[in-house]
Amino acid sequence: MLSEKITSSHSIPFWRDIRVLRVIGQVLFLLIIAAGIWWLLNNLQMNLKTAGLNIGFRFLKNTAGFPISEGLRYNPTDVNAYAFWVGIVNTIRVAVIGIVLATVIGIVVGVARLSSNWLVKKLAGIYVEVIRNIPLLVQLFFWYFAVMLTALPLVGDSIRLPGSIHLTRRGVYIPWATATESFSTWMFYVIGGLALAIIVYVLRRTQLKRAERPGFPIAWAGMVFILIAFAGWFLTSGNPLALTVPVLKKFNFTGGLWLSTSFTALLMGLSVYTGAFIAEIVRAGILAVSKGQIEAAKAVGLKRAQVLRLVVMPQALRVIIPPLTSQYLNLTKNSSLAILIGYYDLMNVGTTIFNQTGRAVEMILLIMASYLTMSLLTSLLMNYYNRRMKLVER
Amino acid sequence: MSVTSNEGIIIYRDVHKWYGDFHALRGITFTMQKGEVIVICGPSGSGKSTCIRTINRLEEHQRGQIIVDGVELTNDLRNIDTIRREVGMVFQQFNLFPHLRVLQNVALAPFWVLKMKKSKAEEIAIQLLERVGIPEQAQKYPAQLSGGQQQRVAIARALAMTPKIMLFDEPTSALDPEMIKEVLDVMKELARSGMTMIVVTHEMGFAREVANRIVFFDFGQLIEENTPEEFFHNPQHERTKLFLSQILDY
Repeated sequence: MLSEKITSSHSIPFWRDIRVLRVIGQVLFLLIIAAGIWWLLNNLQMNLKTAGLNIGFRFLKNTAGFPISEGLRYNPTDVNAYAFWVGIVNTIRVAVIGIVLATVIGIVVGVARLSSNWLVKKLAGIYVEVIRNIPLLVQLFFWYFAVMLTALPLVGDSIRLPGSIHLTRRGVYIPWATATESFSTWMFYVIGGLALAIIVYVLRRTQLKRAERPGFPIAWAGMVFILIAFAGWFLTSGNPLALTVPVLKKFNFTGGLWLSTSFTALLMGLSVYTGAFIAEIVRAGILAVSKGQIEAAKAVGLKRAQVLRLVVMPQALRVIIPPLTSQYLNLTKNSSLAILIGYYDLMNVGTTIFNQTGRAVEMILLIMASYLTMSLLTSLLMNYYNRRMKLVER
Repeated sequence: MSVTSNEGIIIYRDVHKWYGDFHALRGITFTMQKGEVIVICGPSGSGKSTCIRTINRLEEHQRGQIIVDGVELTNDLRNIDTIRREVGMVFQQFNLFPHLRVLQNVALAPFWVLKMKKSKAEEIAIQLLERVGIPEQAQKYPAQLSGGQQQRVAIARALAMTPKIMLFDEPTSALDPEMIKEVLDVMKELARSGMTMIVVTHEMGFAREVANRIVFFDFGQLIEENTPEEFFHNPQHERTKLFLSQILDY
């Protein structure tokens, strides 16, 4: 009697059937998106037509005509496309070095915030709170106008840091190694050493695995590589790398490597700013590993370094990597503020090209595509690393 | 620093510990013989956990002397390492390593600390998992096990270092009632095999059956120590009587 009342699945009308409704929802959403995109493109096309413009990238082959004072070798007679490439390389340069510096700052400050030393802990805390709460643009202006262009002395009486580093109002001069004629001979040893190191690594690893012992094959490989590189250095006649030190000649330094005021200010600003956020991420990651884990690891007799490497790090990295990726992406994208302190990054060069050619739509598309490519590559790399860390877990 | 240890495997002489202003241990003195099973009980905050955590230096004591198997606990890292290798510990919250499989949890210390071959370490781990009754869980991760199973893995992990002394810090307090028995059974078997054990617990049935001595703590002091028989039927101190009346009423 009761069973007769149970309605079977055949009789569900479609407007009540969850499965049907789901599909309808998705189709509707897709239609709305498509319509929106169509409307925007149509609008753009109409407006371009009324303005007498049309989309095209042929202007990239025209002569750029404006100067770029740093980066790859470049001439104002080069084409726009090449000028843009110089900007891209400059962005990559500041972003990569900035990411490395910010990570170092972040790890040091993050660990310092957990220190049992009162002074170290407080200083790290003040650093994070001050830096995190001042807009990045203000900080960039501070580095550029207050530090680089005001606080630093003129070229004549530069501040000398140990290791022949000169801080001046015109930029920073550091010693730099340049290749000599015998460099290629030495490279032969370096590549040979690298190959041998890889062989040693593989052999040692299989040996350890067969002997079922703990150990670090990477340390052996590193030793082999360094030994051969060193031996090669002495066997090659003449030094393969010559260290050139900046020397003051009349009005300017010669030799060494010159880092422009804009580049230095941008690099410092980005690293110090992002470093504060990374410090918080590192701190949170370490705190996420419960005290009990460390106690248990100590109680079974692991040494301090083993506790860190075998128990704390694998668990902390799982928490650290995803937000760390975001910070790397932020740093790269924030480097577009370079335009405001005169560094020739891709945003700066890109907007200069569009000011000169009037090709706003094309240039903005190119700039967006460039940042998108760089960010996606970074994400890809970090996600790969993240997956590897996760695989260890489950 | 080595000290002659004819007097006992664990020797406490007037041990004091402070957390800031709080005086957590107030002059603990006792001696434990090899093969003994001691149960420490007392109200919460009485210092019983702190006391056993000073044995393997998870907590530092600030005054007095602790000698474990002839080695005095000082600030010397080598002494601390030596003692930690000989003392196994089981925690209230299990504290298994969540990123490692059960087998790896147990084999980790023999492999890295005792420099045992991997296959040997895993063989020992399997044997220990059989001893605590869960060899079939070896390839799972800790989070996939029940509380009772996790605690048994934790016991196996501590035993993997073949310790001379085992410490249990409220091993059943975080468990569901029906899982308490499986853990206590493992501990009983361990006690019968002659292991030297110190157990902080509220399981009075276990204490009555297994312990050689029961030690009662209150306010950071060792109030009373006695055989289970005497402790339950003829407690000496008023505080002990009050404690027993409160926990045995049910």
